[in-house]
Amino acid sequence: MHFSFGCLNDLPMHLEFEKPIAQLEERLASMKEKVAQKQASSLTKAIQKLEQEIQALRISTFQHLTRWQRVQLSRHIERPYTLDYLNYMTEEFIALHGDRAMGDDGAIVGGLGKVAGKTIMFIGHQKGRNTKERQARNFGMANPSGYRKALRLMKLAEKFDKPIVTFIDTPGAYPGLEAEEQGQAAAIAHNIQTMFSLRVPVICIIIGEGASGGALGIAVGDRVLMLENTWYSVISPESCSSILWKSWEYKEQAAEVLKLTAKDMLAQNLIDDIIPEPLGGAHRDPSGAADTVKDVILKQLEALGKFSSEQRINQRIDKFCKMGVVAGATNT
Amino acid sequence: MAWFKRKTKGILTPTADKKEGPDGLWYKTPKGKIVHTKVLQENAYVSPEDGYHVRIGSKEYFELLFDDNEFTELLPQLTSVDPLQFVDSQPYTQRLQEAQEKTQLKDAIRVAHGHMNGLKLVIACMDFNFIGGSMGSVVGEKIARAIDHALENHTPLLIISKSGGARMMEAGFSLMQMAKTASKLLLLAEARVPYISLLTDPTTGGVSASFAMLGDFNIAEPGALIGFAGPRVIRETIGKDLPKGFQSAEFVLEHGFLDFIVDRRKLKQTLSQLLEMLQTH
Repeated sequence: MHFSFGCLNDLPMHLEFEKPIAQLEERLASMKEKVAQKQASSLTKAIQKLEQEIQALRISTFQHLTRWQRVQLSRHIERPYTLDYLNYMTEEFIALHGDRAMGDDGAIVGGLGKVAGKTIMFIGHQKGRNTKERQARNFGMANPSGYRKALRLMKLAEKFDKPIVTFIDTPGAYPGLEAEEQGQAAAIAHNIQTMFSLRVPVICIIIGEGASGGALGIAVGDRVLMLENTWYSVISPESCSSILWKSWEYKEQAAEVLKLTAKDMLAQNLIDDIIPEPLGGAHRDPSGAADTVKDVILKQLEALGKFSSEQRINQRIDKFCKMGVVAGATNT
Repeated sequence: MAWFKRKTKGILTPTADKKEGPDGLWYKTPKGKIVHTKVLQENAYVSPEDGYHVRIGSKEYFELLFDDNEFTELLPQLTSVDPLQFVDSQPYTQRLQEAQEKTQLKDAIRVAHGHMNGLKLVIACMDFNFIGGSMGSVVGEKIARAIDHALENHTPLLIISKSGGARMMEAGFSLMQMAKTASKLLLLAEARVPYISLLTDPTTGGVSASFAMLGDFNIAEPGALIGFAGPRVIRETIGKDLPKGFQSAEFVLEHGFLDFIVDRRKLKQTLSQLLEMLQTH
């Protein structure tokens, strides 16, 4: 299987806050070119110095990202998507399609894959990289059919005793006419509930955007993990801004108050752990990012394998039931 | 015809002597029918003129359903805290305080157990007046406790939904209430304790995409708005006006997601009949 980003040139696209780094990189590139053309062999030292400078700037930039900047990284057009991870990580993969009722939703993909010799059922949101793909994938916004396909694959995995790994990357469940007619709410609700009953280990990883019920519809698991530069919350910063501030202008503030980054969610005990990304984001080194994700999956599956199905289910339910903060519970 | 002519122009009565009709005596339905509030009260808050179901809260539903309005409320003191120190145009704590003062409620749901036509029943009923009936940690926790009570006492559960969805000001916490309530309902289902979900106007977002759609019986009041996304969002997404009756209870019934629609005036009788049938061998 071959991996292809199918977009742009060699240089990754830069976000606004990455511009100073990009400028240095450009300088570095031109220096290297001169050296290659043997016009200036004396530049070697300068190149080394500049490389160090870039590295230092990159480290300091990425240590101090705002929440909105993380949201931007989570949506970076070169960020690896579900199929990219599967391409990097699986030795074999057989894609499985359809909800067995009305269609095959392009926004959710799934199938059986082999990782380190183990068979795993993979399910994930899928975004597209160009206009045509984006349309086919509906920008990663699933319809009820997608959630039903996901559920079918989960039940299949349970039947054949295969662990489940889900990748979450969606700006939300699709808010369309047909989606409502086909029961978007009911489809998501059933997924959430059924995922609590699955007898096999379930690992859920937020690899990009985790927007609301559309994310949660495939994100109930024994382990819920977030990649470093992702977000997960009840609403996107833009929609939050439009509802609470009556304007799209407050998305950065909304991101701040929603506390939606991996770090925030871990501090709130709403996820189990954070998976570190390569410096500069997963898109800077997709294969490196996939290696890390693969290691985490294997490690977690080993840990979860030590429990019985009943233990896992009980722990899963207990974990989610503890979520929430209230006052006045004692004086009934 | 001199008496016909106004001799002095303008209103001359001082404001202090102005006579006004008392407020809130009359209710105007969306179709423009005028109903006296006393008539509404006697009619389960349904307009006898056009059948319009007026939005009511937990106080009225408890009155309508529990025998002699007798019930025991669970966790009446449970309140939201502000775990994220959320501030938008105003601080969340202030919103909470204002809502509590305005509604005399602690949060957007009340949970109680009692009897309905002699049958034991746990009711969790949402209050739309409280920040749009939004679901935060309190709503999730109270539903969880209601289910615990139903499980422990093997008592059927009725959840009356009336909500715009999850409460943004509790962000991730409110999202996870969807999972929390769904997991508890799974336990209830495994114990084979009946759960009836009554969807009332409106039931959307995180509430419809979790407990409200998970009933053994999903039922709704006539004309209630039921959906995942709100109509405004859908209109903006598809760039077209929505068909008439889209996302109404009748529409949702037609598409197969409801068991039946029930007139509120027959609610108690219908629920009792259903539960009685389940208990008879």
